[in-house]
Amino acid sequence: MAPPPVAPPTQPAPTAPPAPAGDADHAVLARSMVKRYALKGGGEKRALDGLDLAVRRGTVHGLLGPNGAGKTTAVRALTTLIRFDSGAAVVAGTDVRRDPRGVRRRIGLAGQYAAVDELLTGRQNLEMFGRLFHLGGARARRRAAELLASFDLEAAADQGVSGYSGGMRRRLDLAASMILAPDVLFLDEPTTGLDPRGRGEVWDAVRALVADGTTVLLTTQYLDEADKLASRVTVIDRGRAIADDTPDGLKRTVGGERLEAVAAEPSGLAAVAEALARATGATPHTDHADRRVHAPVGPGTDGVAALTGAARALQESGTAIEDIGLRRPSLDDVFLRLTGRGAAEADTDADPTTPSDEKALRP
Amino acid sequence: MTTTATPAAPATPADRPAPVDLTVTDDRHSRLYWAAADTWNVVRRSLTHFTRRPSFILWQLGFPIVSVLLYGYVFGGAMKPPGGGGSADYRDFLMPGMFVMTMAMGFMNTATGVVTDTTKGVVDRFRSMPMAPSAFVNGRGVTDVIIAAAELTILLLTALAMGWRSDGGLLAFLGAVGLLLWLRFALIWIGVWLGLLMPSPEAAGGLYGVAFPLTMVSSVFVAPSTMPDWLGAVAAWNPISSTASATRELFGNPVGADATWISQNAQLMAFVWPLVITAVFLPLAVRRFQRLSR
Repeated sequence: MAPPPVAPPTQPAPTAPPAPAGDADHAVLARSMVKRYALKGGGEKRALDGLDLAVRRGTVHGLLGPNGAGKTTAVRALTTLIRFDSGAAVVAGTDVRRDPRGVRRRIGLAGQYAAVDELLTGRQNLEMFGRLFHLGGARARRRAAELLASFDLEAAADQGVSGYSGGMRRRLDLAASMILAPDVLFLDEPTTGLDPRGRGEVWDAVRALVADGTTVLLTTQYLDEADKLASRVTVIDRGRAIADDTPDGLKRTVGGERLEAVAAEPSGLAAVAEALARATGATPHTDHADRRVHAPVGPGTDGVAALTGAARALQESGTAIEDIGLRRPSLDDVFLRLTGRGAAEADTDADPTTPSDEKALRP
Repeated sequence: MTTTATPAAPATPADRPAPVDLTVTDDRHSRLYWAAADTWNVVRRSLTHFTRRPSFILWQLGFPIVSVLLYGYVFGGAMKPPGGGGSADYRDFLMPGMFVMTMAMGFMNTATGVVTDTTKGVVDRFRSMPMAPSAFVNGRGVTDVIIAAAELTILLLTALAMGWRSDGGLLAFLGAVGLLLWLRFALIWIGVWLGLLMPSPEAAGGLYGVAFPLTMVSSVFVAPSTMPDWLGAVAAWNPISSTASATRELFGNPVGADATWISQNAQLMAFVWPLVITAVFLPLAVRRFQRLSR
């Protein structure tokens, strides 16, 4: 990842150690951020271990990594919820260490939980947060009405949040974080725990925000979510960035989509391989032990068309198959390619308190 | 935040009103002003909970009434007040004890409120906003004192209806009420500290098992002199006992005092104990709150 250009300081030279100057192009700039935690029984864990991050203004930037990689710690440090030990960060042109209050005026945060008050109505929540953002009663009420409309919550505005669906709660949470129309919005795993419909609702809401010019930094464990929303993705592992690329670039790294079919009988393997070759225009790979054949779907090929084409060809030739589908590269694939370890493995690595010797747990 | 239109911007000719001006001019007021305003808005939030869930009011205010009736009439008939007298006199002795117990148990409300907000991310949201960092804790405290005052009012009315009287004059009456709220205020900090310490709202329920014996081993129900010596000493030095004895003195109810120093200086200690509790637990609670940013 190319280090972002450093703009000349706009203010008189600081006397303290130099902070990275924010620049007009980036809404978030983090350099070598380190966050240490002491572990029980001695030692320390570096939740952030020299994280570099550059988020361009007006974009959605994905922070992708497995559980325990440091995504949430990064968001909490950038949003002033926790102090970091070394390194520097500038958010919305404001130094996070020196002016945390200034940062708080310019950001919105929607954390892993929908942090809205369950006992209040949607409207009461937004009005309360509006007053706490110092809008005053009248403007807080009008802003709440505006946000309820733009997040499509008007119908449920005066119902208690405890009756909201997961997607509605998240949208209300987003609305609450958008009260001051912040320069930068931080979303920590905005769709974790939601059903597909709820995920779609949240994705639409995020897209609408970006259309209005908000910069979004979102953490996710899902490659497809980063792919759908983000124009750039930083992959994070053990508290540091291990890749920074466009979603397409990342997918190229791991080989993109592939068409995969499982033959019902070993005798059908040749026919399956031929159908996949014709549909994708690529050389298929046959795994005889699993009776599985897969072929990469190139960037110029329509995956769904290749899938239906192959399925039809196999049906017409009377080849019995157990399974056929488009397999999208997962976070696991990205991790395997970038680190040589799977995401689940990285997860346990990141938490040294997890017993590594599994045998010790067995009788 | 970027627009500079005046807040009273007129609506556009079309049906759609003009977008709300989001300019925030914090600097027009002092930090202290905003700390107070933010605290009030946090209080307002908690009080709105009651309007949203009327059953809360029943629980919160009904529980003390039921306790007073149960202890007063179920046990009360079999009990004698220290210094002699019938069950009506016992109820006169008991009532201030019930007031104190209700104040004392209130710390669990504080703890539950705090742990619910921390585990549900509400505290993180507040902390990511440009509001006064102290407002969350202060708002919790002010809310709890308001609730305690309401509880106390209901209890006093219930007690009056049951024949209990305050014979000490208005000043003494107000002094007793002040001591009760002073105890409740001190316990807020234990509640906040515990709430920040606990992993889940469910764990807060477990506090009941600790709080109940701690309030029982006191002069709330019986004079400590009736207990085994060692237990009686513990009960006599329980801060709750000092408030109970002091309010009994001020209300002009049977006190059950003995010759021990702690018993003779109940009013002094009813002031000192909460001061000590606050001095210990306020810094602990604040430190715990600041540790959230570790």
